[in-house]
Amino acid sequence: MIEPILLTLKLAGLTTLILMILGTPLAWWLARSQAWWKEAIGAIVALPLVLPPTVLGFYLLIALGPNSPLGQLAISIFGHSLPFSFTGLVIGSVIYSLPFVVQPVRNAFEAMGHKPLEAAATLRASPLDSFFNVALPLARPGLLTGAVLGFAHTVGEFGVVLMIGGNIPGKTKVLSIAIYDHVESLEWTQAHILSAGMLVFSFCVILIMMVSEKRMRKGR
Amino acid sequence: MSNISVRFSGKLDEFDLDVAFDIPGQGVTALFGQSGCGKTTVLRCLAGLDRVENGYLCIGNHIWQDERTFVPAHKRAVGYVFQDANLFDHLSVKGNLQFALKRRNKGTGANFDDVVNLLGLSGLLDRHPDNLSGGERQRVAIARALLSAPEILLMDEPLSALDRFSKDEIIPYLEKLSDVLSIPVVFITHDTDEVERLADHMVLMEKGRIRANGPLLDVLSDPTLFIAKSAKTASVLEGCISAFDQEDQLSTLDMGGADLFVPGHVGQVGDVRRLRIAATDVSLAVDKPSQTTILNVLEARINDIHVIDGARVNIVLSIGDRSQGRLIARITMRSLKLFDFQVGQSVYAQVKGVSMVERRKGKR
Repeated sequence: MIEPILLTLKLAGLTTLILMILGTPLAWWLARSQAWWKEAIGAIVALPLVLPPTVLGFYLLIALGPNSPLGQLAISIFGHSLPFSFTGLVIGSVIYSLPFVVQPVRNAFEAMGHKPLEAAATLRASPLDSFFNVALPLARPGLLTGAVLGFAHTVGEFGVVLMIGGNIPGKTKVLSIAIYDHVESLEWTQAHILSAGMLVFSFCVILIMMVSEKRMRKGR
Repeated sequence: MSNISVRFSGKLDEFDLDVAFDIPGQGVTALFGQSGCGKTTVLRCLAGLDRVENGYLCIGNHIWQDERTFVPAHKRAVGYVFQDANLFDHLSVKGNLQFALKRRNKGTGANFDDVVNLLGLSGLLDRHPDNLSGGERQRVAIARALLSAPEILLMDEPLSALDRFSKDEIIPYLEKLSDVLSIPVVFITHDTDEVERLADHMVLMEKGRIRANGPLLDVLSDPTLFIAKSAKTASVLEGCISAFDQEDQLSTLDMGGADLFVPGHVGQVGDVRRLRIAATDVSLAVDKPSQTTILNVLEARINDIHVIDGARVNIVLSIGDRSQGRLIARITMRSLKLFDFQVGQSVYAQVKGVSMVERRKGKR
């Protein structure tokens, strides 16, 4: 029973890390760019919010499959095809949870406006310097929200995992799949334990997030 | 430092700007005008925060903008004080000041402790910007700008967001600043009191254009400008204290060939003082009045007559032997007709009230 939990934590942790690294610059660009087509990119990023996970999983399966050019590329990089592997699961999770990270971070960047950055520029901070030493610290509550939501959302995903990862113990069998499995095989006790654990986990995550966000805004 | 040459023309967010002016490379220049006239845009262009298509900006021996060059804001040695201080909320007062300190060119700029003392910040260093009063925030912002080792200090209405109390608190710091700083200061204001107290040079703007540019005393007393039409119109003059009468507690100021008496001990003999004489406090007499309580009766010559509206007229007078002695008298149209004043005529100006413009020792 412990294996799916560890796998889930590993998946969510890795996904969150990648999302923070990719999502923060993307959110910055979405908040600052004057390009007319930026909202199109914004819509693509937000798509997983409304798309049924199975649809997303289906397209990912096709896109990453060994017959597609992308799949070929992946095989040459990773040495194996992506569907039904942990790597494939990470890629699927990153795309699936992207809006949950980008949206709050973008909001935080937009809320701070141009003014702190202008002050930084007049104090001879280069744009990169301002980004790391002014924008990021000021966006801390948004970054925290993004990280927590990204993590929690990845922990809870089911449809995409099922489509692209399948149900391979130790490789792709994450918590939510394990619960489904236990219920299918009428193992109610295990299903109860895992589900209750998830319930408590989710509650704690949200509580911690709300409390620490409030602290950050107030105390610093 | 040599002069600062400015030329900006072009549209910026639908605003039509077309200005060209030179200002001295030292002292305090006031950029004056009503709100919406483009003062802030000019200041932002000076700092490189905004960019107009056709621009030329030369400060000292650096060209910050011309047809081919545009030095971005973070590569210009400007100190910029924003209207609302614009401190970094994620840093303490000390953190804000160190942000500037860390990024300036090595071996340049003012000493940290000196600036902290100059602006009276030593007790606030560990505070957070959220817990500062408006005046305190503005002082931190000025200190932060100074610590960035600027070659020019730009201030966008540093006092306008403050209440009367905080203003009175911060003006002495600004006065001190203009005395110790060797760099030019350009500040925006729409308040003539601030101009009189702080500035040496004045650029007057109207609707994105320059209306006047010159030494403060000349621009302030230029009767053709809109400042002269206001009810608060005043002449600002400088005089040198020549004597003090202990018994009557009366100081005499030499206005350049004309003496003016001011009650109280206003300074040491030899000090230069700035005086303000409201146009409505000056009346004219054709013959020398003998039976009057008014002490200051000056021989004057009518330089110019400016009709403001159907009822009121500004008479521009020269007093003493210098062109600097320009005095404005506000009289009624009826008096003008009654006495039939003409340009070139000699009259006596009776000055009812003189106020000192509070200012630290006039060094210029």
